[in-house]
Amino acid sequence: MSLAKPDAVDITNKQKVALATGIVGLFILTLALFNTDFPNKGLFLTLALGLISIGTVIYSREAYLTKLEGIKNDGVWFKSISSRGIWGWIVGIILTSFYIVLYFFPKYLGLGTNGAENTGLISLFDPLSKLLSGRPASQWFVYGTLYTLAILAFGYKFILKYRHNRYQQIRTVSVMFFQLGFAFLIPEFMYVMNNDLPYYDLKSMWPLNYYIFDEWSVNGFLSNGNVGLALILFGIITIFVISPILTYKFGKRWYCSWVCGCGGLAETIGDPFRQLSSKKMSAWKLERWLIHTVLVFSVVMTTAMVYTYLGYDKNDFWLTRGLFIALVIGFLTLVFACVMFFKRKELGKDAKYGAIGFFMVIAVLLIMHFTGTTNHVFYIKGNALRSAYGLYIGSIFSGVIGTGFYPILGSRSWCRFGCPMAAILGFQQRLFSKFRITTNGGQCISCGNCSNSCEMGIDVRHYAQKGENIVRSSCVGCGICSAVCPRGVLKLENDGMEGRINPTEILLGNDVDLMDLVNKK
Amino acid sequence: MEHIVIIGNGISGVTAARHIRKLSDKKITIISTETDYFFSRTALMYVYMGHMKFEHTQPYENWFWKKNRIELKKGYVKSIETKNKTLHFAEGDTLQYDKLIIATGSKPNKFGWPGQDLDGVMGMYHKQDLDNLEKYAPNNKVCKRAVIVGGGLIGIELAEMLNSRNIPVTFLVREASFWNGVLPKGESEMINRHIKNHHIDLRLSTNLKEIVSDEHGKVKSIIIQETGEEIACDVVGLTAGVSPNINFIKDSSIETGKGVKVNRYLETNIPDVYAIGDCAEQHEGINGRRPIEAIWYTGRMMGETLAQTICGNRMQYNPGHWFNSAKFLDIEYQTYGWVFSKPKENEVHFHWKHEDNTKCITVCYNKNTNEFLGINTFGIRMRHETFDTWLTEKRDVDYVMNNLPEANFDPEFYSHYEADILSAYNQKLQIV
Repeated sequence: MSLAKPDAVDITNKQKVALATGIVGLFILTLALFNTDFPNKGLFLTLALGLISIGTVIYSREAYLTKLEGIKNDGVWFKSISSRGIWGWIVGIILTSFYIVLYFFPKYLGLGTNGAENTGLISLFDPLSKLLSGRPASQWFVYGTLYTLAILAFGYKFILKYRHNRYQQIRTVSVMFFQLGFAFLIPEFMYVMNNDLPYYDLKSMWPLNYYIFDEWSVNGFLSNGNVGLALILFGIITIFVISPILTYKFGKRWYCSWVCGCGGLAETIGDPFRQLSSKKMSAWKLERWLIHTVLVFSVVMTTAMVYTYLGYDKNDFWLTRGLFIALVIGFLTLVFACVMFFKRKELGKDAKYGAIGFFMVIAVLLIMHFTGTTNHVFYIKGNALRSAYGLYIGSIFSGVIGTGFYPILGSRSWCRFGCPMAAILGFQQRLFSKFRITTNGGQCISCGNCSNSCEMGIDVRHYAQKGENIVRSSCVGCGICSAVCPRGVLKLENDGMEGRINPTEILLGNDVDLMDLVNKK
Repeated sequence: MEHIVIIGNGISGVTAARHIRKLSDKKITIISTETDYFFSRTALMYVYMGHMKFEHTQPYENWFWKKNRIELKKGYVKSIETKNKTLHFAEGDTLQYDKLIIATGSKPNKFGWPGQDLDGVMGMYHKQDLDNLEKYAPNNKVCKRAVIVGGGLIGIELAEMLNSRNIPVTFLVREASFWNGVLPKGESEMINRHIKNHHIDLRLSTNLKEIVSDEHGKVKSIIIQETGEEIACDVVGLTAGVSPNINFIKDSSIETGKGVKVNRYLETNIPDVYAIGDCAEQHEGINGRRPIEAIWYTGRMMGETLAQTICGNRMQYNPGHWFNSAKFLDIEYQTYGWVFSKPKENEVHFHWKHEDNTKCITVCYNKNTNEFLGINTFGIRMRHETFDTWLTEKRDVDYVMNNLPEANFDPEFYSHYEADILSAYNQKLQIV
């Protein structure tokens, strides 16, 4: 093999113009970042966002509409940006720095503190924010706008890339809709209607939305009468009723690749990086430890947090600390008992880890209950856990690493290694769901396109070449493995639970006796 | 401990090794001169196209072999001495075996064309062919045009590969229509059109006369037999089929024909020597199959079967219903049961084609008994298990046509054509 990577095929002149257009748009934002005080901010903001969108649209049309429909992955491992080349690293570093500034130093983006006017980049977004909700922009508004723009513009690109594939198109329209409506516009309008309500993205569930049960949040809801009460009840119902039903019927994809904002970003602007996820066995092992640790952390953190503020006013609320702890332990025990009763066999030796985890959580909760005081759990301040979670998981893991490292770790490293929501949905998907990826008999030729394009790092080929269905907790059901398969081997399906997991060592097409013989063992 | 030596680390040899390891504790050694580790040959094209890197074509991580105690030896077997069970390597060393499995696969055919060994002339089969192509056709500045000789599955894959780097391709096909020895007319013609839509210069009924060298021994052009036209090119791909890669066996006492002759137990004429995969030749074809099948999954099945025999459960190689699949540029193809290019005696074909020219099916059935015999499907995925069951149950064609939706394997939300197909089928019946 030659030492150097082959050159990526050149882009056309039209694409170069489109690229330049987008860069001018980004350049305006950069000028604003460095405190250029544009005279007519509304105009320049429109110009910047417009140029970025137009550039992306023209570039995508030229890339895909000039060719016949089909799989368009030519050169992804040659292009510097999508194969951890120099451009990949540069973009990774820029993104990471942006996230660090966004989370920890918003004043550098121009956030006005103590009532001062915004400056810099944030002030450029003031006109749009005022238009939508009447208040000046914050760093989160800037971030939300850019985030939504990325999903919309690159969602359009993705739809063109897969214009032969209705599943991909509909799924992408869905994430674009939920981002624009639920994450971006509706919270702004809710603010206009009632500006005491905390920011609430209706589709964002606990534990992904780890701050919904924060004291300020709950108080915000409860002090707003029926609307607030309805909202927090909706939050609780989505977790305990809606999500389990949908996950049972469709697998976790209904959320992760159809609704979720993190997933939406990964599936659109993150699509060129999907092949970068590690397929090694060691990465899978790390994933299982890490994601479940985050889940345990988030459960304990949320319980501890709610527990501390339940202590303030003992008398005016029916939910007391003792009752709350009892409810949490009772619920966890119910889940654990059901799993052990119905699915003990499927878990194999993982049952042991599950049991250890469960009893540790229960022990921790009991210790907390019997040693905690009004302000302290585990002898540390109650909200210290919450701050630690917010900092290390909410900001650094999901933002800085999860998105900043797209060009290095692939587009779903947060979803794969960190998201506690994904852990819960995945747990259910593995054990109580109709969803699976069906393998088409003996047609697999072990080419590896499926594994290569799996953003969650699942070695899909490992199952497909044995004729086994893919039933993995981490699968977000994006359907790209099925799309890129050259032999039509994979199909995402919701079907009965019976025969969903089918370990077959000998593939269809063989002598029937041989299949029976080997599978009996 | 019995020592099983396998020559060839392709799908056949590796499958045999894996299953022998599952069933026993025997010592296993796999020999290859091509690569250090098993890779999927079918994926080489995607490496050139930049969809994957070479390491992604390896289905098992490198630690897998040591963990499963499968020894890998890089070396070229020069000759086999069956009397004292010894392999002699080109590197000079030797290796003793107790049981020997020959799984050396295929090599591209060359039909004695003048200039067929020039620089820039290559097949597309081995890892080395990929390296060669990368050297002579890295982009369309170094390679201004490539000519492909031979219209089969590898030929069209090579065309797709070169197309991905915007290298102009002239595709010489001996037959009057692409792969029409295998595909029925309607399908073959649809693929002709699809090839041309990809701006590939498809030349049907065209043969290669000779390959012309420049002063450095590198290909400069080719000359066409029929017209004498000279086409300047920098790369020539020879993709006129493959044949068993068994030259090193010819001097041994192992019986060979085109391939290594084996019986239904995959045993050669010499005890303790077996052959599987592309290089094995059955004394006669099984259930209408050819004596030599250079197909991915048959290699795998032979490996699975032979592992049983070697581990004490002597078993015949007994493949089930015929099936296969391929992809022609953007059009996927699957086949279940037998559909020949022209209906055999007592057979009838029903052909349906979608107006967009990327989807069609051909169903073959017996006109006397109405028994369903097989289906070719283009652009519509179908379920292997369903057709396997229907073929075993000897369903009649009406049943199959009416239950076609059950066999659909396209992704969710795709348009369905079964109603269309069924009404075309019913109409056709009325006319007849």
